[in-house]
Amino acid sequence: MAFTLYSLIQAAILCVNAVAVLHEERFLSKIGWGVDQTVGGFGDEPGVKVQLMNLVRSVRTVMRVPLIAVNAVCIVLLLLFG
Amino acid sequence: MDYTATQSGFRQRKLQPNMRLRTSLVDGSEGSQLFEDTSGAASGPQTGYSNQQAGPQAAGFPGQSILSDPMSNLAMAYGSSLASQGREMVDKNLDRFIPISKLKYYFAVDTVYVGKKLGLLVFPYMHENWEVSYQQDTPVAPRFDVNAPDLYIPAMGFITYILVAGLALGTQNKFSPELLGVQASSAFVWLIMEVLAVLLSLYLVTVNTDLTTIDLLAFSGYKYVGMIVGVVAGLLFGRPAYYLSLLWCCVAIFVFMIRTLRLKLLSEAAAEGRLVRGAKNQLRMYLTMSIAAAQPIFMYWLTYHLIR
Repeated sequence: MAFTLYSLIQAAILCVNAVAVLHEERFLSKIGWGVDQTVGGFGDEPGVKVQLMNLVRSVRTVMRVPLIAVNAVCIVLLLLFG
Repeated sequence: MDYTATQSGFRQRKLQPNMRLRTSLVDGSEGSQLFEDTSGAASGPQTGYSNQQAGPQAAGFPGQSILSDPMSNLAMAYGSSLASQGREMVDKNLDRFIPISKLKYYFAVDTVYVGKKLGLLVFPYMHENWEVSYQQDTPVAPRFDVNAPDLYIPAMGFITYILVAGLALGTQNKFSPELLGVQASSAFVWLIMEVLAVLLSLYLVTVNTDLTTIDLLAFSGYKYVGMIVGVVAGLLFGRPAYYLSLLWCCVAIFVFMIRTLRLKLLSEAAAEGRLVRGAKNQLRMYLTMSIAAAQPIFMYWLTYHLIR
């Protein structure tokens, strides 16, 4: 129960790392979550699955490069301060 | 918006007499002043101040010539313009990250509103009209509409919860000052996680709503009132009282959240109570129910370790 803000930040970094390592063609397409499978469903009501796929794809696109820096900082902090 | 401008202007006018009183007190007591009076206008009793001026100033210069020197005037003018430029830049950039003007809306409350809202949080069963009234597209300030969300009650409730938690831990002989900080950051982290989870689920269900992040923060902060009532009852009257009052407040918050969120998340027809078919409406209903059900869970989770 003793959460601190730092542990929340660590948990967030781990979750974003987990989303970023999902490979597009090796994994997501195999389980039906690839980008080419988002096209179905015209009209203004994309379902939950399509929204989730879009979210995964946008997190991967946006956070790939900043994650390098954030992970490096996190590793250095962990090495220095445990 | 007009109301808030005049009200805050009124409050500023009330503050100024206090400030004038303070400065007149400082000027009046010449012998024992708290701050150095470096204004150039106080030229008469300069000799009385020379004991209290900083060293380099008193070294050979009479107190006046420093401040009437044109170079130092120029330096002062340049310094003050630099400071105001810096402050403008900070304000502009700060406004981009934390919308200060929008935050002011959430603190525009008065005593009557707070009283009514607290009553509503504990007993929402008699209230009939849950709609937020608008004034030309902008929602009315919380002062004028008891249904509008505000941040005053959640903020005060959070601080009171931390203090009451410290008190409760003290009765168990477990108190130390660091524990207050731990409780505060714990509760804050749970609050942030809850708001993020609600935002994520609102995104996934593609609800077109005008609920902002700060609104969600306000709604999530309303449960602190129930938690405080439960813990105080438990401290005063023992464990059965804690469970009873917590149960009452949990049910009250559940009903409050459902009735408030129903108007914001569900479509028009469903909000009026008519049965509407369709997977999307069902999803929205489940979303509303789960947001409302998460409140009692958090209320119990954050307080059960305080009453042993």
